[in-house]
Amino acid sequence: MSALRVYIEGVGLWSPQLADFAALRSQLAGNIPDPPPARPAAATLPPNERRRAPESVLLAIEVAGQAVAMSGHSASELACVFASSHGDQPITDYMCATLAQAPAELSPIRFHNSVHNAAVGYWTIVTSCHAPSTAVAAQRASFGAGLLEAVGQVLAEQRPVLLVCSDTAGGGPLLEITGCTQSFGCALVLAPESSATTMTSLQLSLTTSRVISPLAEPLAHWREANASATALPLLALLAEGRGRCQLDVAATLGLQIDMESVA
Amino acid sequence: MPVLMTPLAITSYTSTSAMGHGLAAQLDALQHMRSGLRPNDFSSAPLACWIGRVAGVEDTVLPVAHAAWDCRNNRLAWLGLSQDGFLARVLAARERYGADRIALLLGTSTASIGATEEAYRRLDADGGFADDMLRPGIHTPHSLSAFVAAALDLEGPCLTISTACSSSAKVFASAERLIRLGLVDAAVVGGVDTLCDSVLFGFNSLELVSTAPCRPFDAARDGISIGEAAGFALLERIDVAPDAAQLLGYGEASDAHHMSTPHPDGLGAELALRDALMRAGLDAGQVDYINLHGTASQKNDEVEAALVNRAFPAHTRASSTKGFTGHTLGAAAIVEATIALQAIEHGLIPGNLGSSTPDPLCGVQFAWRNEQQRVDVALSNSFGFGGNNACLALARAGFVA
Repeated sequence: MSALRVYIEGVGLWSPQLADFAALRSQLAGNIPDPPPARPAAATLPPNERRRAPESVLLAIEVAGQAVAMSGHSASELACVFASSHGDQPITDYMCATLAQAPAELSPIRFHNSVHNAAVGYWTIVTSCHAPSTAVAAQRASFGAGLLEAVGQVLAEQRPVLLVCSDTAGGGPLLEITGCTQSFGCALVLAPESSATTMTSLQLSLTTSRVISPLAEPLAHWREANASATALPLLALLAEGRGRCQLDVAATLGLQIDMESVA
Repeated sequence: MPVLMTPLAITSYTSTSAMGHGLAAQLDALQHMRSGLRPNDFSSAPLACWIGRVAGVEDTVLPVAHAAWDCRNNRLAWLGLSQDGFLARVLAARERYGADRIALLLGTSTASIGATEEAYRRLDADGGFADDMLRPGIHTPHSLSAFVAAALDLEGPCLTISTACSSSAKVFASAERLIRLGLVDAAVVGGVDTLCDSVLFGFNSLELVSTAPCRPFDAARDGISIGEAAGFALLERIDVAPDAAQLLGYGEASDAHHMSTPHPDGLGAELALRDALMRAGLDAGQVDYINLHGTASQKNDEVEAALVNRAFPAHTRASSTKGFTGHTLGAAAIVEATIALQAIEHGLIPGNLGSSTPDPLCGVQFAWRNEQQRVDVALSNSFGFGGNNACLALARAGFVA
């Protein structure tokens, strides 16, 4: 099977420690970047939507907005793949607690925000995007599996695609189950051909030999604390400008990624 | 612009819903216009509505090796996989192609959230999950796909698509791309959603649930009936199975309008339809039957009836089959794809069960009662919350657009 090649045109990143992709670069260069405000700004959302939106939506829209701005694309033309391992955990916690006590009192807004495609739904609405959009999950492999879905769209449809992978921190009894103790979100704009905004190209191939790419602290801890942060080996590669990493795309399948700089 | 798609072979398919277990039961219910809906006897607190409940889920036992995945949704998945010889067909494909050359792509709206609800109903004294509920794998959206991957012993790409009620249509699109790129040789696609409090009380909170059996496209329709279902299909390249029914095309598009109501002009639905027709190389006039999304919600049916009217000639037949199954959410698209495939195989246009006084918005395309006629090409519409739209184009073996 021949390798797949895609071009990276934008990167978004947000965690309690890192405000954006530049902050990851700074972190990897040995600095301690200034942490962002507690709530992601999600400037793409109109102010009234921003006040009402759950944090899961703010996080996804924050990283999506960063990556799209870097890419120079109009958001309305990008197909969207939004991945999340757990969806909105605070809403799941609220819904299950309410259903256990007073099911008839369930909030209609929280219910419609509970669908796994809530974040991508809001994103397509605020960006007037009529392109295909999808919401996916694959447990700890959600980023890798979402990347494969996005790469499939880029190459089969020959169109640029926005990939977002994000999970907010859990709460309530569910936290013990998900082990998701801090928020993490990231986004990539992927394209089939190089352009003026191309940062780098990636060669990807599926492999049945499973390798976990090592990470230095504190990145290794962040990866442990959030399934979406399994993207960090690739994000670190993008920050450092070269090398190879491997991500899980399923319980039994890996994606080997080689990076080449584009001059 | 989408390019003309090389059709894929649908070499095996199966469906289990309130109509019954497997394709023969489904066909029998369709032929006799027998609804599977019944008064709600499921929710943990009373709720006056009708539901499409699958008989026998409670008695289904998972294989011992996979007992850790036990929950209602995975029981329904296993019950569904066990019909119509589907397991044997997947086993044969695995031997033919290798376990890592078959993708598993499943749609679900809520996966096994019912198990998480149960865990919250009986938290232990210190407020944590009871010991038997401390199974992280079932409390995530990927529960269904991870269980089915283990049960089918598949080792290829494995993804859950969760775009509410379009989920199990979009799996066909993802599978086609992976096969086209040579990343896999075949794909198991499908979807499973089970009844749970989240959707019963959730849709009720949005005032979208009828207290009566749902009446799609009826002038007096007043909401949906929620159901549960499991459906699966095996997709392979057409050259290895020229005698199989075909996936001719698919379309996907976003409304960019509202989280829980469709675009008033059906913009995303029409984009998805045009996308599917273009990939399939079809004119609307070549479509013999459309299985509509037709949920019996006020807005969906209004928008979809208008779309049928403006996009199709009089000889294209159209109906919703939600009156048979209820709205099975993330499983609706795969169930309705199998109904469309049965329409092709048996020359049966299923009647739009549940409506006695058609909404005057509906055109002459609507089949209110069963009709017998040859069907070469059938479409299936699926639209979800978040303005997420998908359309599948299916055809008889050997049909060339």
